[in-house]
Amino acid sequence: MSDTSTPLAAREHARAQAESEAARVLAKPTIPATDAKDLPAGVDASEVVWDQVLGPGDYASAVLERGSRLRLLDLEGDASVSLLAYNADDTQERINTADTVKVQWQAYLGEGSLLLSDMGRVLLSILEDGCGHHDTFCGASSERSNAARYGHGGNHGPHPNARDRFTLALTKHGLGKRDLCPNVNLFKGVRVDDAGNLLFEERAPAPGQALTLRAEMRVLVVLVNAPHVLDPRPEYTATPVRVTAWAGELAPLDDPVRNSSPERLRAFENVEAYYAGTDVGTSGGPHGG
Amino acid sequence: MVAEIPGKILHDEEVAARAPWSHVVEAGNTLRIIDLMGNQAVDCILYNAHDPVERYSSCETIVAQRNIFLETGTKLLSTEGNVMMTITEDTVGRHDTSGGACSCESNTLRYGHHTKHQHACVENFILDHAQRGLGKRDMTSNINWFMNVPVEADGSLGIVDGLSAPGKHIDLRAEMDTLVAVSNCPQINNPCNAFDPTPVRMVVYR
Repeated sequence: MSDTSTPLAAREHARAQAESEAARVLAKPTIPATDAKDLPAGVDASEVVWDQVLGPGDYASAVLERGSRLRLLDLEGDASVSLLAYNADDTQERINTADTVKVQWQAYLGEGSLLLSDMGRVLLSILEDGCGHHDTFCGASSERSNAARYGHGGNHGPHPNARDRFTLALTKHGLGKRDLCPNVNLFKGVRVDDAGNLLFEERAPAPGQALTLRAEMRVLVVLVNAPHVLDPRPEYTATPVRVTAWAGELAPLDDPVRNSSPERLRAFENVEAYYAGTDVGTSGGPHGG
Repeated sequence: MVAEIPGKILHDEEVAARAPWSHVVEAGNTLRIIDLMGNQAVDCILYNAHDPVERYSSCETIVAQRNIFLETGTKLLSTEGNVMMTITEDTVGRHDTSGGACSCESNTLRYGHHTKHQHACVENFILDHAQRGLGKRDMTSNINWFMNVPVEADGSLGIVDGLSAPGKHIDLRAEMDTLVAVSNCPQINNPCNAFDPTPVRMVVYR
């Protein structure tokens, strides 16, 4: 037993933990992020702003500048990432899953899909999708849904739920339950049949599948790696996902995603007008309006 | 043909075309929404009348019944997983909770920048919310009564011709005291109102 009978002994005991085997192995952010290793081809470590592994049940959030790339790498192939996104400069503007599917005339996300805000703008676009199985319908697991499947669903237990995790992350940014809205789920797919039934896609683990998103606005991104609410398996399954973000260029005018449909083009135009201060609409950009 | 109201009428009001409406329906009472002229989308958000942080959740509702369409028997669940209202009668057969509410901003994406200043459901909701101390942060997922949004095998999704007809109705029994906020949809660029917004009738009975 370590000696923790005095403040100095307790300090030695606490400090030893940072040098322990657990500290080396457990999920943690790379600090500084520019020390990140094993980056995607063409990415220079000096550009990295966020590098972290989210284990089962973990959550994290970050503000990403416009043009940033965000890669989610499913290390062991059974990750389940719930994502919320907000305009970092005006968090009343947030992801709207209904507009995302309605405007793009498509319920299923994939390469080239936009994640739209409730203000007619694109928050994030999907540049690369090495998975192809995502969900825009089902939202976050809850204490109740996790308790039903795993026996205990509370945040303080072994099966934390995505809704509580989102609430915690948002509250730390000065937001709260009123700011919780339907999220998208990545790496776990749900399909809708002709009768409207929701079918969870059961798949073999696929290690190494990755998604790369581009921040089209300055965004607050919140991620939770927790089992999908419809995942029928009795084990709490969400394998580690590596989250890496780096600085990048804005979408050029001839960007293939920007120009892939008239609706998407207008979502980019609305973003460009917002940051140019020429959006004469309801909220105005950070530079005026 | 409007069906007879099967109980004591507590409130009876016609909502004009394009207008907002909100009303607290007490637990045990039933709200009947009557599509007077047919194919009129009625966008709807529910709040716990005593704590509006608890509000309707499309996700909770469709996950619980494993189906995206709302019909007789559907329990409309809150963000906290509680039953807010139950669909006790439905003469249409299918209603939407995936397509969201039209907004000036999303209209620019769907129909062109020139549509930004047309009437839209989100404008109705926000203005009605403002009278009740609610705001934009209280906008959330919604129901579209009498609106038809199929999802095809390849994921294609869209608002298509409605299944409703003059006099068809939906009955919602309140399981908690529920603030029902409605936008009688003013949309004129898609078939959800048959391109002609019309009045609907709201009857609360017990």
